[in-house]
Amino acid sequence: MKYVVLIYNNPATWEALPATERDRVLGIHNRIIKELSESGELIRVDGLAHPANTKTVRLRGGAAVVTDGPFTEAKEQLAGVWAVDCDSIERAIEISAPVAEYDTVEIRQLMDLSGLEM
Amino acid sequence: MTSPQPVEDLLRELAPQVLAALTRRYGRFGDCEDAVQEALLAAARQWPEEGVPENPRGWLVTVASRRLTDEIRGETARRQREARAAALLPPEALLAASPAEDLSSDQDDTLTLLFLCCHPALSPASQIALTLRAVGGLTTAQIASAFFVPEATMAQRISRAKQSIKSAGATFSMPPESERAGRLQAVLHVLYLIFNEGYTATSGPDLQRSELTAEAIRLGRDLHRLLPDDGEVTGLLALMLLTDARRLARTQPDGNLVPLAEQDRSRWNAESIAEGVALITQTLSRARLGPYQLQAAIAAVHDEARRAEDTDWRQIVALYELLTSLSPNPMVALNHAVAVAMVDGPKAGLDLLGSVETDERMAGNHRLDAVRAHLLEMAGDRVAALASYRAAARGTISLPERRYLEVRAARLDDRS
Repeated sequence: MKYVVLIYNNPATWEALPATERDRVLGIHNRIIKELSESGELIRVDGLAHPANTKTVRLRGGAAVVTDGPFTEAKEQLAGVWAVDCDSIERAIEISAPVAEYDTVEIRQLMDLSGLEM
Repeated sequence: MTSPQPVEDLLRELAPQVLAALTRRYGRFGDCEDAVQEALLAAARQWPEEGVPENPRGWLVTVASRRLTDEIRGETARRQREARAAALLPPEALLAASPAEDLSSDQDDTLTLLFLCCHPALSPASQIALTLRAVGGLTTAQIASAFFVPEATMAQRISRAKQSIKSAGATFSMPPESERAGRLQAVLHVLYLIFNEGYTATSGPDLQRSELTAEAIRLGRDLHRLLPDDGEVTGLLALMLLTDARRLARTQPDGNLVPLAEQDRSRWNAESIAEGVALITQTLSRARLGPYQLQAAIAAVHDEARRAEDTDWRQIVALYELLTSLSPNPMVALNHAVAVAMVDGPKAGLDLLGSVETDERMAGNHRLDAVRAHLLEMAGDRVAALASYRAAARGTISLPERRYLEVRAARLDDRS
Protein backbone atom coordinates (compact mmCIF):
# COMPACT_ATOMS: atom_id res chain seq x y z
CA MET A 1 0.00 0.00 0.00
CA LYS A 2 1.30 3.40 -0.90
CA TYR A 3 1.18 6.34 1.48
CA VAL A 4 2.51 9.86 1.61
CA VAL A 5 3.77 10.98 4.97
CA LEU A 6 3.28 14.74 5.29
CA ILE A 7 5.49 16.29 7.93
CA TYR A 8 4.28 19.59 9.35
CA ASN A 9 6.15 21.85 11.70
CA ASN A 10 6.33 25.35 13.01
CA PRO A 11 9.47 26.92 11.50
CA ALA A 12 9.80 29.17 14.56
CA THR A 13 9.91 26.16 16.92
CA TRP A 14 12.50 24.52 14.74
CA GLU A 15 14.63 27.68 14.53
CA ALA A 16 14.55 28.05 18.32
CA LEU A 17 15.99 24.58 18.94
CA PRO A 18 19.62 24.36 20.12
CA ALA A 19 21.97 23.06 17.45
CA THR A 20 22.65 19.81 19.30
CA GLU A 21 18.94 19.07 19.57
CA ARG A 22 18.41 19.87 15.90
CA ASP A 23 21.25 17.49 15.01
CA ARG A 24 19.73 14.77 17.15
CA VAL A 25 16.35 15.11 15.42
CA LEU A 26 17.94 15.22 11.96
CA GLY A 27 19.84 12.09 12.93
CA ILE A 28 16.53 10.35 13.57
CA HIS A 29 15.26 11.44 10.15
CA ASN A 30 18.39 10.15 8.44
CA ARG A 31 18.27 6.85 10.29
CA ILE A 32 14.66 6.22 9.28
CA ILE A 33 15.29 7.15 5.66
CA LYS A 34 18.27 4.80 5.54
CA GLU A 35 16.22 1.97 7.06
CA LEU A 36 13.33 2.53 4.68
CA SER A 37 15.54 2.60 1.63
CA GLU A 38 17.27 -0.61 2.75
CA SER A 39 13.98 -2.39 3.31
CA GLY A 40 12.66 -1.41 -0.11
CA GLU A 41 9.76 0.62 1.34
CA LEU A 42 10.95 4.08 0.37
CA ILE A 43 9.63 5.50 -2.90
CA ARG A 44 11.00 8.99 -2.43
CA VAL A 45 11.73 11.61 0.17
CA ASP A 46 11.74 15.39 -0.15
CA GLY A 47 12.39 18.23 2.22
CA LEU A 48 10.63 21.49 1.41
CA ALA A 49 12.23 24.93 1.37
CA HIS A 50 11.15 27.43 4.05
CA PRO A 51 7.48 28.48 3.67
CA ALA A 52 8.72 32.01 2.91
CA ASN A 53 9.59 30.72 -0.57
CA THR A 54 6.01 29.69 -1.28
CA LYS A 55 3.88 31.04 -4.12
CA THR A 56 0.14 30.50 -3.93
CA VAL A 57 -1.70 30.43 -7.24
CA ARG A 58 -5.40 30.87 -8.03
CA LEU A 59 -6.98 31.07 -11.45
CA ARG A 60 -9.47 33.94 -11.43
CA GLY A 61 -11.32 35.02 -14.57
CA GLY A 62 -8.88 33.00 -16.65
CA ALA A 63 -5.84 34.75 -15.18
CA ALA A 64 -3.41 33.35 -12.61
CA VAL A 65 -3.42 35.38 -9.43
CA VAL A 66 -0.17 34.79 -7.56
CA THR A 67 0.45 35.72 -3.94
CA ASP A 68 3.50 35.20 -1.76
CA GLY A 69 3.30 32.80 1.15
CA PRO A 70 1.48 29.56 1.89
CA PHE A 71 -2.22 28.87 1.31
CA THR A 72 -2.98 28.10 4.95
CA GLU A 73 -2.17 30.73 7.47
CA ALA A 74 -1.49 28.27 10.27
CA LYS A 75 1.81 28.42 12.15
CA GLU A 76 2.42 24.77 11.28
CA GLN A 77 3.49 24.36 7.66
CA LEU A 78 4.36 21.45 5.42
CA ALA A 79 8.08 20.81 5.79
CA GLY A 80 8.69 17.45 4.21
CA VAL A 81 7.04 14.72 2.16
CA TRP A 82 7.86 11.03 2.05
CA ALA A 83 6.30 8.49 -0.24
CA VAL A 84 6.41 4.93 1.09
CA ASP A 85 5.11 1.57 -0.06
CA CYS A 86 4.49 -0.65 2.94
CA ASP A 87 2.32 -3.53 4.08
CA SER A 88 -0.21 -1.68 6.23
CA ILE A 89 -1.29 1.60 7.78
CA GLU A 90 0.06 0.29 11.10
CA ARG A 91 3.49 -0.01 9.52
CA ALA A 92 3.19 3.51 8.07
CA ILE A 93 2.42 4.83 11.56
CA GLU A 94 5.33 2.91 13.05
CA ILE A 95 7.67 4.40 10.43
CA SER A 96 6.46 7.95 10.99
CA ALA A 97 6.08 8.16 14.75
CA PRO A 98 9.77 8.79 15.62
CA VAL A 99 9.83 12.04 13.61
CA ALA A 100 6.68 13.40 15.24
CA GLU A 101 8.48 14.72 18.31
CA TYR A 102 8.37 18.42 17.42
CA ASP A 103 6.59 17.88 14.12
CA THR A 104 3.10 16.63 13.36
CA VAL A 105 2.82 13.86 10.84
CA GLU A 106 -0.17 13.24 8.61
CA ILE A 107 -0.40 9.94 6.73
CA ARG A 108 -2.48 9.90 3.56
CA GLN A 109 -3.14 6.84 1.48
CA LEU A 110 -2.59 7.17 -2.27
CA MET A 111 -5.43 6.22 -4.58
CA ASP A 112 -4.96 3.19 -6.73
CA LEU A 113 -5.79 3.00 -10.42
CA SER A 114 -6.92 -0.57 -10.06
CA GLY A 115 -10.31 -1.72 -8.95
CA LEU A 116 -12.79 -4.58 -9.04
CA GLU A 117 -16.02 -4.45 -10.97
CA MET A 118 -18.98 -4.68 -8.62
CA MET B 1 18.52 -11.51 -36.40
CA THR B 2 15.95 -13.01 -34.09
CA SER B 3 12.96 -11.00 -32.95
CA PRO B 4 13.02 -10.01 -29.25
CA GLN B 5 9.73 -11.65 -28.23
CA PRO B 6 10.71 -15.32 -28.76
CA VAL B 7 14.05 -14.56 -27.12
CA GLU B 8 12.31 -13.10 -24.11
CA ASP B 9 9.94 -16.07 -23.88
CA LEU B 10 12.86 -18.47 -24.10
CA LEU B 11 14.78 -16.61 -21.39
CA ARG B 12 11.79 -16.62 -19.08
CA GLU B 13 11.41 -20.35 -19.56
CA LEU B 14 15.09 -21.04 -18.94
CA ALA B 15 15.54 -18.64 -16.01
CA PRO B 16 14.39 -20.98 -13.21
CA GLN B 17 16.27 -23.96 -14.68
CA VAL B 18 19.54 -22.06 -14.85
CA LEU B 19 19.09 -20.61 -11.38
CA ALA B 20 18.33 -24.06 -9.97
CA ALA B 21 21.41 -25.58 -11.61
CA LEU B 22 23.63 -22.88 -10.15
CA THR B 23 22.08 -22.91 -6.70
CA ARG B 24 22.33 -26.68 -6.43
CA ARG B 25 26.01 -26.47 -7.33
CA TYR B 26 27.08 -23.46 -5.29
CA GLY B 27 24.48 -22.98 -2.59
CA ARG B 28 24.42 -19.19 -2.02
CA PHE B 29 20.97 -18.62 -3.50
CA GLY B 30 21.21 -14.83 -3.32
CA ASP B 31 24.50 -14.59 -5.21
CA CYS B 32 23.40 -17.18 -7.78
CA GLU B 33 20.21 -15.21 -8.38
CA ASP B 34 22.22 -12.06 -9.08
CA ALA B 35 24.53 -13.95 -11.43
CA VAL B 36 21.60 -15.45 -13.36
CA GLN B 37 19.94 -12.05 -13.67
CA GLU B 38 23.15 -10.67 -15.17
CA ALA B 39 23.39 -13.60 -17.58
CA LEU B 40 19.76 -13.05 -18.64
CA LEU B 41 20.41 -9.36 -19.25
CA ALA B 42 23.49 -10.24 -21.32
CA ALA B 43 21.48 -12.73 -23.37
CA ALA B 44 18.64 -10.25 -23.89
CA ARG B 45 21.20 -7.83 -25.34
CA GLN B 46 23.20 -10.31 -27.43
CA TRP B 47 20.82 -12.96 -28.72
CA PRO B 48 18.50 -10.75 -30.77
CA GLU B 49 21.59 -9.36 -32.55
CA GLU B 50 23.80 -12.42 -32.83
CA GLY B 51 21.25 -15.19 -32.86
CA VAL B 52 20.34 -17.71 -30.17
CA PRO B 53 23.25 -20.05 -29.32
CA GLU B 54 22.86 -23.73 -30.12
CA ASN B 55 22.57 -24.66 -26.47
CA PRO B 56 20.95 -21.59 -24.89
CA ARG B 57 20.64 -23.11 -21.45
CA GLY B 58 24.29 -24.14 -21.44
CA TRP B 59 25.25 -20.63 -22.55
CA LEU B 60 23.33 -19.09 -19.65
CA VAL B 61 24.73 -21.55 -17.11
CA THR B 62 28.26 -20.87 -18.31
CA VAL B 63 27.91 -17.09 -18.29
CA ALA B 64 26.18 -17.05 -14.91
CA SER B 65 28.76 -19.43 -13.43
CA ARG B 66 31.57 -17.19 -14.63
CA ARG B 67 29.94 -14.18 -13.01
CA LEU B 68 29.53 -16.08 -9.82
CA THR B 69 33.05 -17.50 -9.75
CA ASP B 70 34.46 -14.05 -10.48
CA GLU B 71 32.48 -12.83 -7.54
CA ILE B 72 33.64 -15.65 -5.28
CA ARG B 73 37.27 -15.29 -6.38
CA GLY B 74 37.16 -11.57 -5.64
CA GLU B 75 35.69 -12.28 -2.27
CA THR B 76 38.23 -15.01 -1.57
CA ALA B 77 41.12 -12.73 -2.51
CA ARG B 78 39.81 -10.09 -0.16
CA ARG B 79 39.49 -12.58 2.60
CA GLN B 80 42.99 -13.89 2.04
CA ARG B 81 44.39 -10.39 2.05
CA GLU B 82 42.79 -9.97 5.41
CA ALA B 83 44.47 -13.20 6.53
CA ARG B 84 41.15 -14.73 7.36
CA ALA B 85 40.15 -18.38 7.26
CA ALA B 86 40.32 -20.45 4.12
CA ALA B 87 38.14 -19.89 1.08
CA LEU B 88 34.46 -20.73 1.34
CA LEU B 89 34.46 -23.36 -1.35
CA PRO B 90 36.83 -26.12 -2.43
CA PRO B 91 38.89 -25.17 -5.49
CA GLU B 92 36.94 -27.38 -7.90
CA ALA B 93 33.80 -25.46 -7.03
CA LEU B 94 35.45 -22.31 -8.33
CA LEU B 95 35.63 -23.69 -11.84
CA ALA B 96 32.73 -22.79 -14.05
CA ALA B 97 30.24 -25.61 -14.42
CA SER B 98 30.18 -27.48 -17.68
CA PRO B 99 26.92 -26.60 -19.40
CA ALA B 100 25.56 -30.13 -19.57
CA GLU B 101 25.88 -30.82 -15.89
CA ASP B 102 23.28 -30.54 -13.20
CA LEU B 103 20.35 -30.05 -15.48
CA SER B 104 18.57 -33.30 -14.86
CA SER B 105 15.47 -32.67 -12.81
CA ASP B 106 14.23 -29.31 -14.09
CA GLN B 107 10.68 -30.04 -13.06
CA ASP B 108 11.40 -30.48 -9.38
CA ASP B 109 13.78 -27.56 -9.58
CA THR B 110 11.08 -25.09 -10.58
CA LEU B 111 8.92 -26.32 -7.75
CA THR B 112 11.79 -26.09 -5.25
CA LEU B 113 12.48 -22.54 -6.43
CA LEU B 114 8.84 -21.55 -6.01
CA PHE B 115 8.86 -22.91 -2.47
CA LEU B 116 12.03 -20.98 -1.71
CA CYS B 117 10.75 -17.68 -3.15
CA CYS B 118 7.47 -18.01 -1.23
CA HIS B 119 9.30 -18.76 2.02
CA PRO B 120 7.24 -17.91 5.12
CA ALA B 121 10.02 -15.64 6.43
CA LEU B 122 9.15 -13.14 3.66
CA SER B 123 6.34 -10.60 3.49
CA PRO B 124 3.86 -11.14 0.62
CA ALA B 125 5.31 -8.14 -1.24
CA SER B 126 8.78 -9.69 -1.08
CA GLN B 127 7.52 -13.15 -2.04
CA ILE B 128 5.88 -11.65 -5.10
CA ALA B 129 8.95 -9.67 -6.17
CA LEU B 130 11.33 -12.58 -5.70
CA THR B 131 9.05 -15.07 -7.47
CA LEU B 132 8.68 -12.79 -10.48
CA ARG B 133 12.43 -12.33 -10.75
CA ALA B 134 13.82 -15.75 -9.82
CA VAL B 135 11.11 -18.00 -11.27
CA GLY B 136 9.47 -15.66 -13.78
CA GLY B 137 12.75 -14.32 -15.14
CA LEU B 138 11.47 -10.72 -15.20
CA THR B 139 13.99 -7.94 -14.77
CA THR B 140 13.96 -5.70 -11.72
CA ALA B 141 12.99 -2.80 -14.00
CA GLN B 142 9.96 -4.69 -15.34
CA ILE B 143 8.79 -5.66 -11.85
CA ALA B 144 9.29 -2.12 -10.57
CA SER B 145 7.26 -0.60 -13.37
CA ALA B 146 4.46 -3.13 -12.87
CA PHE B 147 4.17 -2.09 -9.22
CA PHE B 148 4.70 1.64 -9.86
CA VAL B 149 7.78 1.98 -7.67
CA PRO B 150 11.28 3.18 -8.61
CA GLU B 151 13.70 0.48 -9.73
CA ALA B 152 16.00 1.18 -6.76
CA THR B 153 13.12 0.49 -4.36
CA MET B 154 12.35 -2.84 -6.04
CA ALA B 155 16.05 -3.80 -6.19
CA GLN B 156 16.32 -3.18 -2.44
CA ARG B 157 13.20 -5.22 -1.77
CA ILE B 158 14.56 -8.17 -3.73
CA SER B 159 17.95 -7.99 -2.09
CA ARG B 160 16.35 -7.76 1.35
CA ALA B 161 14.20 -10.79 0.52
CA LYS B 162 17.28 -12.80 -0.36
CA GLN B 163 18.95 -11.77 2.89
CA SER B 164 15.88 -12.90 4.82
CA ILE B 165 15.97 -16.29 3.11
CA LYS B 166 19.62 -16.62 3.99
CA SER B 167 19.15 -15.67 7.62
CA ALA B 168 16.16 -18.00 7.90
CA GLY B 169 18.63 -20.76 7.01
CA ALA B 170 16.56 -21.91 4.02
CA THR B 171 18.38 -24.01 1.47
CA PHE B 172 17.68 -25.05 -2.08
CA SER B 173 15.84 -28.24 -1.27
CA MET B 174 12.26 -29.46 -1.18
CA PRO B 175 10.56 -28.70 2.13
CA PRO B 176 9.86 -31.83 4.20
CA GLU B 177 6.67 -33.69 3.35
CA SER B 178 4.98 -32.49 6.55
CA GLU B 179 5.36 -28.82 5.55
CA ARG B 180 4.64 -29.22 1.89
CA ALA B 181 0.87 -28.62 1.90
CA GLY B 182 1.26 -25.38 3.86
CA ARG B 183 4.07 -24.18 1.65
CA LEU B 184 2.09 -24.98 -1.50
CA GLN B 185 -0.73 -22.83 -0.10
CA ALA B 186 1.72 -19.92 0.13
CA VAL B 187 2.85 -20.47 -3.48
CA LEU B 188 -0.76 -20.51 -4.71
CA HIS B 189 -1.50 -17.36 -2.75
CA VAL B 190 1.48 -15.56 -4.29
CA LEU B 191 0.40 -16.53 -7.82
CA TYR B 192 -3.12 -15.36 -7.01
CA LEU B 193 -1.80 -12.01 -5.72
CA ILE B 194 0.32 -11.55 -8.85
CA PHE B 195 -2.72 -12.29 -10.98
CA ASN B 196 -4.94 -9.85 -9.09
CA GLU B 197 -2.32 -7.15 -9.21
CA GLY B 198 -2.45 -7.36 -12.99
CA TYR B 199 -6.14 -8.03 -13.39
CA THR B 200 -7.47 -5.18 -11.31
CA ALA B 201 -5.52 -2.53 -13.21
CA THR B 202 -7.86 -0.49 -15.34
CA SER B 203 -5.77 2.38 -16.57
CA GLY B 204 -2.31 3.80 -16.31
CA PRO B 205 0.40 1.86 -18.06
CA ASP B 206 -1.80 -1.24 -18.39
CA LEU B 207 0.63 -3.00 -20.70
CA GLN B 208 2.95 -3.87 -17.84
CA ARG B 209 0.02 -4.84 -15.71
CA SER B 210 -1.56 -7.34 -18.08
CA GLU B 211 1.94 -8.80 -18.27
CA LEU B 212 1.53 -9.70 -14.60
CA THR B 213 -1.73 -11.50 -15.34
CA ALA B 214 -0.09 -13.41 -18.16
CA GLU B 215 2.88 -14.23 -15.94
CA ALA B 216 0.66 -15.56 -13.15
CA ILE B 217 -1.17 -17.78 -15.65
CA ARG B 218 2.12 -18.97 -17.13
CA LEU B 219 3.46 -19.88 -13.67
CA GLY B 220 0.09 -21.47 -12.86
CA ARG B 221 0.41 -23.65 -15.96
CA ASP B 222 3.93 -24.64 -14.93
CA LEU B 223 2.74 -25.59 -11.50
CA HIS B 224 -0.20 -27.53 -12.94
CA ARG B 225 2.19 -29.45 -15.19
CA LEU B 226 4.31 -30.34 -12.15
CA LEU B 227 1.39 -31.24 -9.88
CA PRO B 228 -1.39 -32.32 -12.26
CA ASP B 229 -3.31 -34.18 -9.56
CA ASP B 230 -3.53 -31.33 -7.07
CA GLY B 231 -7.10 -30.03 -7.11
CA GLU B 232 -6.25 -26.59 -5.77
CA VAL B 233 -3.44 -26.04 -8.27
CA THR B 234 -5.88 -26.90 -11.06
CA GLY B 235 -8.55 -24.79 -9.37
CA LEU B 236 -6.33 -21.73 -9.25
CA LEU B 237 -5.31 -22.08 -12.89
CA ALA B 238 -8.97 -22.45 -13.89
CA LEU B 239 -9.97 -19.47 -11.73
CA MET B 240 -7.34 -17.26 -13.34
CA LEU B 241 -8.33 -18.33 -16.86
CA LEU B 242 -12.05 -17.87 -16.22
CA THR B 243 -11.51 -14.45 -14.66
CA ASP B 244 -9.00 -13.24 -17.22
CA ALA B 245 -11.44 -14.25 -19.97
CA ARG B 246 -13.56 -11.19 -19.07
CA ARG B 247 -10.69 -8.71 -19.06
CA LEU B 248 -11.54 -6.87 -22.30
CA ALA B 249 -15.18 -6.40 -21.30
CA ARG B 250 -14.64 -5.22 -17.73
CA THR B 251 -13.46 -1.69 -18.49
CA GLN B 252 -14.46 1.07 -20.84
CA PRO B 253 -11.77 2.76 -22.91
CA ASP B 254 -11.70 5.62 -20.36
CA GLY B 255 -10.85 3.18 -17.57
CA ASN B 256 -14.32 3.10 -16.04
CA LEU B 257 -15.39 -0.24 -14.62
CA VAL B 258 -18.25 -2.19 -16.20
CA PRO B 259 -20.17 -4.33 -13.70
CA LEU B 260 -20.47 -8.03 -14.55
CA ALA B 261 -24.19 -7.73 -15.35
CA GLU B 262 -23.56 -5.00 -17.94
CA GLN B 263 -20.52 -6.48 -19.69
CA ASP B 264 -20.63 -7.20 -23.43
CA ARG B 265 -20.27 -10.96 -23.19
CA SER B 266 -19.36 -11.30 -26.85
CA ARG B 267 -16.02 -9.76 -25.88
CA TRP B 268 -15.26 -12.51 -23.38
CA ASN B 269 -12.47 -14.84 -24.45
CA ALA B 270 -14.21 -18.09 -25.45
CA GLU B 271 -10.98 -20.05 -25.63
CA SER B 272 -9.97 -19.21 -22.04
CA ILE B 273 -13.48 -20.01 -20.85
CA ALA B 274 -13.46 -23.40 -22.58
CA GLU B 275 -10.07 -24.24 -21.10
CA GLY B 276 -11.04 -23.07 -17.61
CA VAL B 277 -14.36 -24.93 -17.67
CA ALA B 278 -12.67 -28.14 -18.84
CA LEU B 279 -10.05 -27.89 -16.08
CA ILE B 280 -12.51 -27.23 -13.29
CA THR B 281 -15.03 -29.84 -14.46
CA GLN B 282 -12.34 -32.46 -14.60
CA THR B 283 -10.82 -31.68 -11.21
CA LEU B 284 -14.10 -31.28 -9.30
CA SER B 285 -15.01 -34.85 -10.10
CA ARG B 286 -11.89 -36.37 -8.59
CA ALA B 287 -9.79 -34.09 -6.37
CA ARG B 288 -10.37 -33.02 -2.78
CA LEU B 289 -12.47 -29.86 -2.79
CA GLY B 290 -10.85 -26.54 -1.90
CA PRO B 291 -11.50 -22.80 -2.02
CA TYR B 292 -9.79 -22.13 -5.36
CA GLN B 293 -11.81 -24.87 -7.04
CA LEU B 294 -15.04 -23.47 -5.63
CA GLN B 295 -14.19 -19.94 -6.75
CA ALA B 296 -13.34 -21.29 -10.19
CA ALA B 297 -16.65 -23.16 -10.28
CA ILE B 298 -18.49 -19.91 -9.45
CA ALA B 299 -16.56 -18.07 -12.16
CA ALA B 300 -17.48 -20.86 -14.59
CA VAL B 301 -21.20 -20.50 -13.83
CA HIS B 302 -20.97 -16.77 -14.61
CA ASP B 303 -18.92 -17.35 -17.74
CA GLU B 304 -21.31 -19.97 -19.09
CA ALA B 305 -24.32 -17.63 -18.98
CA ARG B 306 -24.78 -16.12 -22.41
CA ARG B 307 -26.75 -13.22 -20.95
CA ALA B 308 -26.59 -11.87 -17.39
CA GLU B 309 -30.23 -12.89 -16.85
CA ASP B 310 -29.40 -16.49 -17.78
CA THR B 311 -27.05 -16.78 -14.77
CA ASP B 312 -27.77 -19.85 -12.66
CA TRP B 313 -27.86 -17.99 -9.32
CA ARG B 314 -29.17 -21.03 -7.44
CA GLN B 315 -26.06 -22.93 -8.30
CA ILE B 316 -23.94 -19.93 -7.31
CA VAL B 317 -25.69 -19.74 -3.94
CA ALA B 318 -25.00 -23.44 -3.37
CA LEU B 319 -21.33 -22.98 -4.26
CA TYR B 320 -21.01 -20.00 -1.90
CA GLU B 321 -22.55 -22.07 0.88
CA LEU B 322 -19.90 -24.72 0.33
CA LEU B 323 -17.20 -22.08 0.22
CA THR B 324 -18.46 -20.52 3.45
CA SER B 325 -18.34 -23.84 5.25
CA LEU B 326 -14.88 -24.61 3.86
CA SER B 327 -13.20 -21.26 4.41
CA PRO B 328 -15.46 -18.74 6.07
CA ASN B 329 -14.42 -15.15 5.46
CA PRO B 330 -16.33 -11.88 5.26
CA MET B 331 -15.60 -11.24 1.57
CA VAL B 332 -17.13 -14.61 0.69
CA ALA B 333 -20.10 -13.74 2.89
CA LEU B 334 -20.61 -10.48 0.95
CA ASN B 335 -20.71 -12.28 -2.38
CA HIS B 336 -22.96 -14.92 -0.89
CA ALA B 337 -25.41 -12.19 0.16
CA VAL B 338 -25.48 -10.82 -3.40
CA ALA B 339 -26.22 -14.28 -4.83
CA VAL B 340 -28.97 -14.90 -2.26
CA ALA B 341 -30.52 -11.55 -3.16
CA MET B 342 -30.62 -12.63 -6.81
CA VAL B 343 -32.51 -15.82 -5.88
CA ASP B 344 -34.69 -14.82 -2.90
CA GLY B 345 -34.86 -11.05 -3.26
CA PRO B 346 -32.97 -8.12 -1.73
CA LYS B 347 -34.51 -8.50 1.74
CA ALA B 348 -32.96 -11.98 2.13
CA GLY B 349 -29.59 -10.60 0.98
CA LEU B 350 -29.75 -7.68 3.41
CA ASP B 351 -30.57 -10.07 6.26
CA LEU B 352 -27.43 -12.04 5.47
CA LEU B 353 -25.36 -8.86 5.50
CA GLY B 354 -26.21 -8.48 9.18
CA SER B 355 -23.68 -11.16 10.12
CA VAL B 356 -20.97 -9.48 8.03
CA GLU B 357 -21.62 -6.11 9.65
CA THR B 358 -20.62 -7.43 13.07
CA ASP B 359 -17.37 -8.91 11.73
CA GLU B 360 -14.47 -6.79 12.98
CA ARG B 361 -12.45 -7.54 9.87
CA MET B 362 -15.05 -5.65 7.83
CA ALA B 363 -15.13 -2.50 9.94
CA GLY B 364 -14.93 0.44 7.57
CA ASN B 365 -14.67 -1.79 4.50
CA HIS B 366 -16.14 -0.01 1.50
CA ARG B 367 -17.21 -3.27 -0.16
CA LEU B 368 -19.72 -3.87 2.60
CA ASP B 369 -21.19 -0.42 1.98
CA ALA B 370 -21.19 -1.01 -1.78
CA VAL B 371 -23.04 -4.32 -1.50
CA ARG B 372 -25.52 -2.85 0.97
CA ALA B 373 -26.10 0.04 -1.43
CA HIS B 374 -26.86 -2.34 -4.31
CA LEU B 375 -29.26 -4.42 -2.26
CA LEU B 376 -31.01 -1.34 -0.86
CA GLU B 377 -31.37 0.00 -4.39
CA MET B 378 -32.84 -3.35 -5.49
CA ALA B 379 -35.24 -3.12 -2.54
CA GLY B 380 -36.30 0.36 -3.63
CA ASP B 381 -34.96 2.15 -0.56
CA ARG B 382 -33.47 5.06 -2.47
CA VAL B 383 -32.45 7.27 0.44
CA ALA B 384 -30.60 4.55 2.34
CA ALA B 385 -29.01 3.26 -0.89
CA LEU B 386 -27.73 6.74 -1.69
CA ALA B 387 -26.14 7.06 1.76
CA SER B 388 -24.47 3.66 1.40
CA TYR B 389 -23.12 4.44 -2.09
CA ARG B 390 -21.63 7.66 -0.74
CA ALA B 391 -20.09 5.87 2.24
CA ALA B 392 -18.60 3.28 -0.12
CA ALA B 393 -17.23 5.99 -2.42
CA ARG B 394 -15.54 7.69 0.53
CA GLY B 395 -14.09 4.37 1.73
CA THR B 396 -12.43 3.07 -1.41
CA ILE B 397 -8.86 3.91 -2.37
CA SER B 398 -9.49 2.78 -5.94
CA LEU B 399 -10.08 5.64 -8.33
CA PRO B 400 -12.21 3.62 -10.83
CA GLU B 401 -14.31 2.19 -8.00
CA ARG B 402 -14.89 5.65 -6.57
CA ARG B 403 -15.96 6.93 -9.97
CA TYR B 404 -18.35 4.01 -10.41
CA LEU B 405 -19.88 4.44 -6.93
CA GLU B 406 -20.28 8.18 -7.41
CA VAL B 407 -22.10 7.59 -10.69
CA ARG B 408 -24.49 5.14 -9.00
CA ALA B 409 -25.11 7.64 -6.22
CA ALA B 410 -25.67 10.50 -8.68
CA ARG B 411 -28.19 8.38 -10.60
CA LEU B 412 -30.27 7.94 -7.44
CA ASP B 413 -29.84 11.57 -6.44
CA ASP B 414 -31.16 12.81 -9.80
CA ARG B 415 -34.42 11.01 -9.24
CA SER B 416 -35.17 12.86 -6.00
